[in-house]
Amino acid sequence: MERVISKVTFDLAQTSLRQVNHFLHRELNSETPKITLLNPDGAHNLAVGLDATIDVEIMGHTGYYTASMNKQATITIFGNAGTGVAENMMSGRVHVKGFASVSAGASAHGGLLVIDGDASLRCGISLKGADIVVGGSVGSFSAFMAQAGRIVICGNAGDALGDSLYEAVIYIRGQIKSLGADAQIEPMMEADYQTVGELLAQAGLSYQPQDFKRVASARQLYHWNADADQEY
Amino acid sequence: MCGIIGLLIKQPHLRDSLGELTVPMLIGMGERGPDSAGLAVFTQTLADPYRKYSLYSGGKDFPWQDLSQALQTQMSKEAELQPHGNQAVLTTDLPSTTLKPWLKAHYPQLHVLSTGRAIDLYKDAGNPTEVADRYHFKDLKGSHVVAHTRMATESAVTPAHAHPFTAGEDFCLVHNGSLSNPNEIRRKLEPRGIHFETDNDTEAACRFLEWRMREGDDLATALQKGFEALDGFYTFLMGTADKLALVRDAFACKPAVVAETDEYVAIASEFRSLAHLPQVKHAHIYEPAPEEIYVWNV
Repeated sequence: MERVISKVTFDLAQTSLRQVNHFLHRELNSETPKITLLNPDGAHNLAVGLDATIDVEIMGHTGYYTASMNKQATITIFGNAGTGVAENMMSGRVHVKGFASVSAGASAHGGLLVIDGDASLRCGISLKGADIVVGGSVGSFSAFMAQAGRIVICGNAGDALGDSLYEAVIYIRGQIKSLGADAQIEPMMEADYQTVGELLAQAGLSYQPQDFKRVASARQLYHWNADADQEY
Repeated sequence: MCGIIGLLIKQPHLRDSLGELTVPMLIGMGERGPDSAGLAVFTQTLADPYRKYSLYSGGKDFPWQDLSQALQTQMSKEAELQPHGNQAVLTTDLPSTTLKPWLKAHYPQLHVLSTGRAIDLYKDAGNPTEVADRYHFKDLKGSHVVAHTRMATESAVTPAHAHPFTAGEDFCLVHNGSLSNPNEIRRKLEPRGIHFETDNDTEAACRFLEWRMREGDDLATALQKGFEALDGFYTFLMGTADKLALVRDAFACKPAVVAETDEYVAIASEFRSLAHLPQVKHAHIYEPAPEEIYVWNV
């Protein structure tokens, strides 16, 4: 039986954000529709909290928290994303074709966030299990207190990369301006090359895994050391 | 929160549209700053020794004609006065050291919002849409504009606490964020004879930078010293007679986005205030990096 793919288009210059998000939450039919959103014009909270295997294409630049709390959906932004894109994502895939502002993928639990351009400060802050692939560079304090998940950075990182990391792992191809407290560069093992290769392939990027370094927690902050004079 | 807006027109033929382009940008940031709004517009520079003074009367029915006549009879000076409700722009070649004490003595209810050869300034409490209507922002013409929508977090909502703040001549500053050491800055400046008009944190930044420039620093050097002296969160947008400048603190907590075309440089806290500008789809769009100095010349 041929599967019918319905296509729905909303123009945010004509339809309110609330109506669009209502449709995405409540009015999806049993088929797998492809939804296109035109003229986002920097609107906040677009396609947030989705929970269906649907494809959403956003044709332009978005405001804060686009695709946050996403479950299952594949959301592509053909433009730049504002603060907190894919924040707290649980599963699914979010792809930013332009650059992402601060706190991209903050505290995301699962799924994949791909940013073709640069990500600003605090990318992957408090990451809890999602994967992030950044085609460009990331700003300072990226992966701060990241607990689980993987971040692949094809460009450079700003100051304090991976400060107070838990068990998330960072792979970076370019220069690190400075490492954060308790973050250290570690040797790449076979499993690391494989991970990087897989994530790059999922993101559609063709860099060589051999060019990446691994940054992970030295785990010195896991236990309070009263003799350390708080020098960390 | 708060919203900042800046627009610098590169093509002189578009200067007549400055106000028309700015108003949707300002209203776009209305949710970020619903309690007050203000705007500084930079026009063609007057010949020395002429100066423009943007005056705020506080009341609706200020007798602007009386002021004009009093200046003529008491000071024997012609003064051009353009009233906009409770504000007016006064143009005269009377030295400011004479005019300002005279205004204070005879019209104590008047506040001088700005002084300079290019700057006109309007600011007031109220929703940005209402403020824009009240002062006919859409009719403004000029080379560049610095505007602000305010959501007060650290001092009162009054017209005097609205942004932009000014200091000296042809210099203004708007701020999104909050400073943690404005009183320290103030204690440093007041013994040097620098007078503060409000208890607002932004005024401290404005007066600090203007003081540095008066001491001989260029704008970039003054801003570099600002990075060291000013503690807190900020995106600052500044205007001078021929420049717009922008800086963000090291943590870049407060947003900013720039769209640049052959015709203009537009700056806003968020892209939604830039989305309706002409040719924005083909603009070079970027986020200014933390602790970098961005300066655009007219």
